Amino acid sequence: MDIAIQAEGLRKRYGDHEALRGVDITVPAGEVLGVLGPNGAGKTTTVRILATLLEADSGRASVAGFDVTKQPRQVRGRIGLTGQYAAVDERLTGRENLRLIGTLYRLGRKAAKARADALLERFELTEAADRPVKTYSGGMRRRLDLAASLIGEPAVLFLDEPTTGLDLTSRLALWEMIREQVGNGVTVLLTTQYLEEADQLADRIAVIDGGQVIADGTPDELKGKVGGERLQVTVGSRAQLPEVVRVLAGVSAGSPTVDEAACGVSIPLLDGISAIAGAASALESLGVEVTDFGVSRPSLDDVFLALTGRSAAPVRTP
Amino acid sequence: MIAYAVSDTWALVGRHMRHIARIPEKLLSITLMPVAYVVIFGCLFGTAIAVPGGDYREYLMAGIFTQTMLSNISNTALGVADDLGNGLVDRFRSLPMSQPAVLVGRTVSALVLSALSCTVMAVVGFAIGWRVHHGVGPALAAFGLLLLLGFAMAWLGALIGLLVRGPEAISAVAFVIVMPLTFLSNAFIPLGGLPAWLRTVCEWNPISAVIAACRELFGNPTALTGTALPSRHPVPMSVALTLVVIVVVAPLATRAYRTAVAR
Ligand SMILES: Nc1ncnc2c1ncn2[C@@H]1O[C@H](COP(=O)(O)OP(=O)(O)OP(=O)(O)O)[C@@H](O)[C@H]1O
Ligand SMILES: [Mg+2]
Repeated sequence: MDIAIQAEGLRKRYGDHEALRGVDITVPAGEVLGVLGPNGAGKTTTVRILATLLEADSGRASVAGFDVTKQPRQVRGRIGLTGQYAAVDERLTGRENLRLIGTLYRLGRKAAKARADALLERFELTEAADRPVKTYSGGMRRRLDLAASLIGEPAVLFLDEPTTGLDLTSRLALWEMIREQVGNGVTVLLTTQYLEEADQLADRIAVIDGGQVIADGTPDELKGKVGGERLQVTVGSRAQLPEVVRVLAGVSAGSPTVDEAACGVSIPLLDGISAIAGAASALESLGVEVTDFGVSRPSLDDVFLALTGRSAAPVRTP
Repeated sequence: MIAYAVSDTWALVGRHMRHIARIPEKLLSITLMPVAYVVIFGCLFGTAIAVPGGDYREYLMAGIFTQTMLSNISNTALGVADDLGNGLVDRFRSLPMSQPAVLVGRTVSALVLSALSCTVMAVVGFAIGWRVHHGVGPALAAFGLLLLLGFAMAWLGALIGLLVRGPEAISAVAFVIVMPLTFLSNAFIPLGGLPAWLRTVCEWNPISAVIAACRELFGNPTALTGTALPSRHPVPMSVALTLVVIVVVAPLATRAYRTAVAR
């Protein structure tokens, strides 16, 4: 099995709204695909079709070598799904939730128990394991939800916005747990609204908007299109701009752009920290009055601007 | 296949039984409410109306039992809609499990709770003077019939929950269904005094048939004067009508489940 997820020309219509307008996706086994897009782009719809929850109007898709419409049972036996909202039973305890899923996965009673205990341990939920999920924090719920999707040791994992709404610590912890699965050879399709998240976790990124994949490539390729990180320098007087441009051009491979009105200069940061240090010392020795000095990261909005020439729907930044 | 479906159903029934243990309100609503029904209707109205051939209190009991069975509509609908809304249905549908087991687990759990309600109501009914007169066998048959009705109503509830979703809307729809089923029936009044056309409608109401059959099996006054088939043969007709409901509604609910989309 070389290709773990393959979708061709997926279309889905809700009433007279076309949610998907021909989505093509290929994920080689063992890779992580980040599906990046704003609200309403069609991320969840795509995941639901691939996870056998929804039938596409046209197009075909196979997951782990099985057709999602013709062999849903085989597909279900090989996937794990973590939906956009944690799908756990609030009234049951964490342990009961995992055991129930394990039993329904037909692991057998004993194996379901053992697997639940192991996952609770791994996801740092052992202490809360016997409390109703109702009492869990958002991050704990997400972890339990991810644990539930791993009960059957799936070959392919679908994660629909796994960290939306989590604080930084929980997000980092979840990233770590996802990386561990990737390390075990699991193929992952992850949707997100955050470029940074896709950048951190994905081998390739597909940017989706209006029900279509409008760009795809490695994170570096995509960032290349947007321009990647930039160093922004603002100086006190307009007269100093030409000199600043000259020294900054010397520290980076990219060419600086100048915003005359704001007295600002920015350069692409192609080689990261060394260019920042270089720029700082060059400006220091130049003796110009620097009023602002900082790094800006491209946001999803920048990707959009670069790819479509228009602004994406408002998104929260991580 | 079947063995798996049974074990999946069993696992989900376990889940619902845990819910009952965790949510005391729920346990109260399936025990205390029916008891309140028995006490209020039995004691307050028990002597208010005269029925031909016996005591109104005895006449009422079968009607009160069926009210509890009807409450399965909204209870099951709310539970199914809740699972759909919080994403659990998505989770279940992504598992290699028996998919019908999700609804069967729900409706079988409703059946267990209905049996509990019936037991409590029978005990309280006995305490306030209700008796069965044809022995244990027919009485058990009557309870079997009531549970069959409860099962049918739970399937109807599952269908409503899948189609309607919102809790307020579900309560409204359940009300709109339960009201005519209750009041266009012989639950609280003998049908003898109604205009002929209305009486025919009431006689063909499956609820009336079940109530009439229970009265017959309990040996309570039936006050049957109608000529429609369910009035002349309440036991076989009530079984048939209830089965028709199950045979129509269960496949519809199963289909609605397959295509249900969360939110
Ligand atoms: N059940 C439905 N009925 C009608 N329209 C729907 C339904 N589900 C999704 N849509 C519409 O289809 C489009 C794509 O929705 P989808 O949920 O796939 O987007 P998304 O990329 O996951 O967005 P988000 O970031 O908000 O989760 C949206 O315009 C949405 O309104
Ligand atoms: Mg979504």
